Amino acid sequence: MENKIDKKSTISAADLKRLSAEAEQEAAPSGFTIMAREFIADKPALIALIIILAFFIFVTVASFFIDVPKMMETNILAYYNEPFTKDFFLGADSAGRSIAKQLIVGSRDSIGIALGLTVISSTFGICWGMVSGYFGGTADLVMQRVYDFMMIIPMLMTIIVIVTIIPNYNAITLTLILSCFYWMGTSRLIRSRTLAETQKDYVQASKAFGTSNLKIIFREIMPNISSLIIVDTTLSFAENMGVETGLSYLGFGLPMGTPSLGTLIANANDPENITHYWWTWLPAALEIIILCLSISYVGQVLRRTLNASQRRGKQEK
Amino acid sequence: MWKTILRRVLIMIPELVVLSVLVFLLAKMMPGDPFTGSINPRLGQEQIHHLMRINGLYDPWYQQYWNWVVHLFHGNLGTSYEYHEPVIDLIKQRGANTLWLAFFTMIMTYAIGLPLGIYAGKHEGKLQDTLVQIYTYVTMAIPYFVVLVVGIWIFGYGLDIFPTTGSVSAQANGFGPTLISRLGHIILPGMLGALFGTVNIVQYLRSEVIDSKHSEYVKTVRSKGVPMGSIYRHHIFRNSLLPIAAFAGYSITGLLGGSIFTEMVFSYPGMGLLFLNAINFRDYTVITALVLLYGFLNLLGTLLSDIVLSIVDPRIRVS
Repeated sequence: MENKIDKKSTISAADLKRLSAEAEQEAAPSGFTIMAREFIADKPALIALIIILAFFIFVTVASFFIDVPKMMETNILAYYNEPFTKDFFLGADSAGRSIAKQLIVGSRDSIGIALGLTVISSTFGICWGMVSGYFGGTADLVMQRVYDFMMIIPMLMTIIVIVTIIPNYNAITLTLILSCFYWMGTSRLIRSRTLAETQKDYVQASKAFGTSNLKIIFREIMPNISSLIIVDTTLSFAENMGVETGLSYLGFGLPMGTPSLGTLIANANDPENITHYWWTWLPAALEIIILCLSISYVGQVLRRTLNASQRRGKQEK
Repeated sequence: MWKTILRRVLIMIPELVVLSVLVFLLAKMMPGDPFTGSINPRLGQEQIHHLMRINGLYDPWYQQYWNWVVHLFHGNLGTSYEYHEPVIDLIKQRGANTLWLAFFTMIMTYAIGLPLGIYAGKHEGKLQDTLVQIYTYVTMAIPYFVVLVVGIWIFGYGLDIFPTTGSVSAQANGFGPTLISRLGHIILPGMLGALFGTVNIVQYLRSEVIDSKHSEYVKTVRSKGVPMGSIYRHHIFRNSLLPIAAFAGYSITGLLGGSIFTEMVFSYPGMGLLFLNAINFRDYTVITALVLLYGFLNLLGTLLSDIVLSIVDPRIRVS
């Protein structure tokens, strides 16, 4: 910067430094600074964030110490062991398998699938929405028809049918199958924002300069809607937690013998379990409730940062 | 106006065709064939092949698809291999149960959502508003099936207020007792569905009320001396009501999707449970019929909503 300044300029180097420092202070804070401030101002949000992160780390680390095939072995001596006894912190199910261990491994798988699903479906939805909104015209029309069609498909039923057709599948294929059906909400939102953004002057100017379309979409429009993308991704992550667990609950999620939060809750389908052996399913249900509430609270706080008038974090003067 | 409706209906046709092809191909890919269920020692391999041949199961898929569509238009959805009954009869029996539940849930959703939305909008920024916001946030975040499981545990098994399985108890005879028993079975799933399904209505109505509160026409009416309560009843509420009514079509999609979970948890013999059973028994005439029916109902729902919205909002009409 400094060497580009005209030699005849009267501004001294010290002044220039001071001025640019002032200018930086005056400039609007970046998205991440606003988000960080918002979390410091809103204590419950900070707690929610800490709960989520601590839980994720605990589950990932703890599952390294668990021998999954051994855990899933039937142990008739531990038939419905009560919780808070030796070796069975949360009791055991009808096959004598430790609920606490299943919970840890199951959470790891369920969270992993929800994360994968969110990343894949959001990426796809964002690309779809931005391309559709940016180009408009025939491309938009065709893409919108595809969107309309996806919306009328009975999602849950189709997924169940596909899962029964495929003979062998694992967590990764399941994530891919689910991703085909959960990108529509994101794409709709991103499309409408991209439509508005495309009308703005900077995009028109860039077009006039001859910048390539791809570069305009991903280097110029995308940074401008990045905060919307972050918020939408967080909120859809909370929703996606329920997708795989719900399917596993019905018995069409992860293959048999793989613990998942959903299969643990499915223990409640047995009237015996739901009334007498509450420890077989209640911890998993509570865990999903707490996780979903925390994630979506973080999402709500992020959403607040989008709207300047709703922010609670203080601006430093 | 008519142009919009006509255009919307015309768009529907290709969607329906693509959906039916998709459903048909999915059904074709399912393991097993329609006669696997009827294999018995007296029926040899050749006879099965013969049956498959005379039923056209060795034809190319487009031929089979065409036959299937022709049958569909004659109201013939095939015979269930599990129940040995025409699929259409099965759906008639089970569909009534699902519709009862869906109808009740929808009424309750609006009965809870409308007042709450207006109430929150009226008291914007106050404690009441915050409470309603917390309610919508909680109901939105928790997965629906967990709500159902916890709900049936507390109210069905724990407090023992509501029945936990079935749609009508066997002891109920005559019109009155049957109706009461039916309602008793519907109340818990319906109320849970309604309590946890109001988010869209409340959020939309709240922002609508807040927007109209600061609009010119409300200020004009207010300066005329009309009391605030009457403005809410006659002006703001009426203006926000039609778009809300239009959402009813879209909410069919949600209700039908949720019906699988509800009926599973409450062992409620409706179409969702029929579907799950059909999947377990590979009863694929029932599966195709149900997927197609749900898709068709979704289509009708969105059609209805789009038409109502285009009546309400002239901006989205085709000129």
